[in-house]
Amino acid sequence: MDLIWDGLREAIHIIRTGDYSVWSITLRSLLVSGSAVLISLVLGVLAGAVLAFKDFRGRGILLSLVNTGMGLPPVAVGLLVAILLWRSGPLGHLRLIYTPTAMVAAQTIIATPIVTGFTAAALRHLDPRLRTQLYALGASRPQMLWVVLWEAKLPLLAAVMAGFGGAISEVGASMMVGGNLAGETRVLTTSVILEVSRGEFAPAIALSIILLVLIFIVNAILTTVQQQERM
Amino acid sequence: MPAKISLRDVVVRRRKMEVLRVPALDVNEGEVLAVIGPNGAGKTTLLQVLALLDRPAGGEVLYDGARVRGRELSIRRRMALMMQDPLLLRRSVAENIATGLRLRGVSRSERKERIDRWLERFGVRHLAQRSAHKISGGEAHRVSLARAFALEPEVLLLDEPFAALDQPTRETLLDELAGALGETGLTTVFVTHDRSEALRLGDRVAVIVDGRVRQVDATAAVFAAPADEDVASLVGAETIVAGKCVSRGEGIASVRVGGHLIDAVARDGLPEDVLVVLRPEDVTLMKPGKHPPVSSARNHLHGTVTRITLMNYQARVSVDCGFPLVAFITKQSLEEMGLAVGGEIAATFKAHAVHLVARGAPGAAGELEASKTAP
Repeated sequence: MDLIWDGLREAIHIIRTGDYSVWSITLRSLLVSGSAVLISLVLGVLAGAVLAFKDFRGRGILLSLVNTGMGLPPVAVGLLVAILLWRSGPLGHLRLIYTPTAMVAAQTIIATPIVTGFTAAALRHLDPRLRTQLYALGASRPQMLWVVLWEAKLPLLAAVMAGFGGAISEVGASMMVGGNLAGETRVLTTSVILEVSRGEFAPAIALSIILLVLIFIVNAILTTVQQQERM
Repeated sequence: MPAKISLRDVVVRRRKMEVLRVPALDVNEGEVLAVIGPNGAGKTTLLQVLALLDRPAGGEVLYDGARVRGRELSIRRRMALMMQDPLLLRRSVAENIATGLRLRGVSRSERKERIDRWLERFGVRHLAQRSAHKISGGEAHRVSLARAFALEPEVLLLDEPFAALDQPTRETLLDELAGALGETGLTTVFVTHDRSEALRLGDRVAVIVDGRVRQVDATAAVFAAPADEDVASLVGAETIVAGKCVSRGEGIASVRVGGHLIDAVARDGLPEDVLVVLRPEDVTLMKPGKHPPVSSARNHLHGTVTRITLMNYQARVSVDCGFPLVAFITKQSLEEMGLAVGGEIAATFKAHAVHLVARGAPGAAGELEASKTAP
């Protein structure tokens, strides 16, 4: 028990003083996962809209694939991206392995199916005649899509929350394609692993607390927005 | 009157099945064209083609005489469509109306003016800031009307706009719609399955059955002289029986129906085999033996009451006079005559009230009528 209490006490001290570069690591986590979620939002919303509105052969299979993708193992994604970006790999010339960009790419692959799946479900839930009504009101196709997305913004916020949660808490892919380089690609999750492997529980606890609080804050903001919209 | 929108040789298919075929149809500038037909007849499809929301497999749509290519946005923005379900967005009432205006690039000040004016016009201005999902069904329909009129379109397309509402609300909204149409003089296509709505609003009526326009004419003409059996039934002629013309003279034909000879006004070119079409409100019932009042009614028949159905203000009486005949009488007359099922009754009607239709393939007359409207 002492280990836990001492660890907690020291963790709070670390958070207060900013030792072990916790704040720069936190900022990097936010930047990497935030960028990945933004990119996956653009890709996922478009893909979700196509899956929801377009009637084409193989749509059922694609939807199943997307649903499977919502639970993609980060380690597998990390392996794929690592192979692609490896110096001798097909995209090796881009020299992106062990960079934050590589981590953004991996997290985008993890978050995009989540956003796609949520978007498709949200849009399919809307009355299909709404699109006809919007066209009749004089909407062009992009205008129709914009209004419809706005109409489904509550479930879309859930997509953002799920996508962000999936991206910021994954560790396998970031470790593999980022390499956990201090000051460059070290993020909250990879730092926790490193500290635990060194037997340094206090900074690991401090980083975990920050990670949990971050996820809580982001979800709390989005949930508040959802609640207000529903009223 | 020039045609605002026209359809030429339009064919619409769904899953390779033809659901609509319109050789020619014109919606004239400033008129209200009521489109009636049974469920599944193709009325909504017709409206969607006119609204440029459905692209026909063949034929063309003309707007102001010019051919429209595909679903041209600039033309779509000159029309407004109101559907049966208001389908309001999850935002305030005012924002719902603003959305359509914003899509069409109407300026902010103009938007505000139009929203206020049309919400006021349809009596829902007090709901402007209310969430559109927290108003009643009748209010939602008023908002939907305001949204369509606020677009200030050249053509208004209405797809059974009040079908889901209760009778009193529907009556009120029909009155308000009729008023607004009168004020604006908008070219309007009004789809309904309720003939009374068509009678009330339509300058002309188009009747669609099985994806074909069977008849297009002035409202009174369609109701007085339906082109075929289906149209007759749709416009409320409840007595439709087969007969044979046995003689003709001085514009009156004698038709044998169920063992009786009936006098009817005859048109030129009618064949021997005809359908006798009679509206229930044109038949007068009285107790047998009573002398009919002096009138121009030339047809007097006797029969047995087979069924009495009470309706809002009147009763529908089915009589077997050798052929089935239907008449409407007031509830008061029903009581005064002491009518009961199985009782004897006399029925009279004028030769003018009897409409004769050629017995034959349905639709043939419709294409003829439809093409008549082509310039």
